[in-house]
Amino acid sequence: MSEEWVLLDFRPSMFSYRVKIALAEKGISYECREEDLRNKSPLLLEMNPVHKKIPVLIHNGKPICESVNIIQYIDEVCKDKNGLQFLPSDPYEKAQARFWADFIDKKLHVASMKITWHKTKEELEEAEKEMIDCLKLLEQELGDKPYFGGERLGYLDIVLGGFCSWFCAIDLGLGNISIDAECSKLMEWTKRCMERESFSKSLEEPHKLHDFVVQMRERWGLTNKY
Amino acid sequence: MAEVKMFGAWGSPFSKRVEMGLKLKGVEYEYIEEDLNNKSSLLLNYNPVHKKVPVLVHNGKPIAESLIILEYIDEAWEGPDILPKDPYERANARFWAKFIDEKCMPPMWKACWSIGEERAKAKEEASEALKFLENEINGQKFFGGDTIGLVDIAANFIGYWFRIAEEIVGLELMTQDKYPNLCKWAEEYCKCSFVKENLPPKDKLADIFKGIIQAQSAPK
Repeated sequence: MSEEWVLLDFRPSMFSYRVKIALAEKGISYECREEDLRNKSPLLLEMNPVHKKIPVLIHNGKPICESVNIIQYIDEVCKDKNGLQFLPSDPYEKAQARFWADFIDKKLHVASMKITWHKTKEELEEAEKEMIDCLKLLEQELGDKPYFGGERLGYLDIVLGGFCSWFCAIDLGLGNISIDAECSKLMEWTKRCMERESFSKSLEEPHKLHDFVVQMRERWGLTNKY
Repeated sequence: MAEVKMFGAWGSPFSKRVEMGLKLKGVEYEYIEEDLNNKSSLLLNYNPVHKKVPVLVHNGKPIAESLIILEYIDEAWEGPDILPKDPYERANARFWAKFIDEKCMPPMWKACWSIGEERAKAKEEASEALKFLENEINGQKFFGGDTIGLVDIAANFIGYWFRIAEEIVGLELMTQDKYPNLCKWAEEYCKCSFVKENLPPKDKLADIFKGIIQAQSAPK
């Protein structure tokens, strides 16, 4: 039976980016369907009736929701071009990777949302501090390795990878801080990842992401100047 | 030094999830009770990021976050499966376990301890979330099928803690007429031997809940 993969997507979403990176790393061909989040398609509502959110990966007609679930699913169903998997085989290393993925979604993502939607200078500064605190912990986890997965790309690189464009967009002026100055190792990791085709093809260009956020904030009547 | 240690709190559903997982696999472990108002330096060392229970320590290496610990237990030890083997079913189990943590437990807990409009709002949110679970369990003995799995373990709060709290605070949310499948599931669930052995005593929990009410109504 031929494999059919469909991704229900929203281009600026960091959760979508990471799924696309995962699909690319596994060499999976898929149909990408862009959703209008103000007018969600019947297919999205049918495939994700609980959360009604993207990304949703549909494999041979069956939906998988939530980006970390999707990445683990892809990992369990397919080996990559080198016959390898994202998650390490050792249960403890796997648990650590899952722990930090959970941390990214619970803490880093929340901080990034606060930066996107901040209403006051104080809110922005607080959110930036939160984000840097998260990134410093992740830097410690990375250590001197080229990737979180070690010598090669792993699960955590892909989960955090969804944020690579965002980190660059922050440094282009979305915030008042420089991630490069505060967490240089992490920015090195970011640049290293973005050199990979799976990242460069999946992620939005940083200056476009920057402009998108600025325009979105203006549309909602939020100031971009302090 | 015991090969397997577990830092927990007797009243915490998250803590009890891990104990259920360990008991299911027949793993022997040393249990360390934490005073959550005065956390030990050992706990803070093992979980510096979140500083919470439960933490499992296996051969000196710590694992935190109950659902992650359960997957670890499933992979590290032989015995009955906690997660299904099929990748699609596994994705499904992870989805519902997270749904319970993020969409069910917070409004259910809030509905117990709030009043007026806040309670009404939390009740509605919880009702909507529980409807999805009601549909999901339909026709099955457990979320895991014939045997208890990840989602059943994750739903321990719904099956036990919440029923006790509902009674004490006078909240009618998970009623028989609205959620017949869930109520039946809760009954079957709490009958299972290794679940029964891993639930805190009802009267002790009831005292804690009554204490919360008293603290709320105490003059400030």
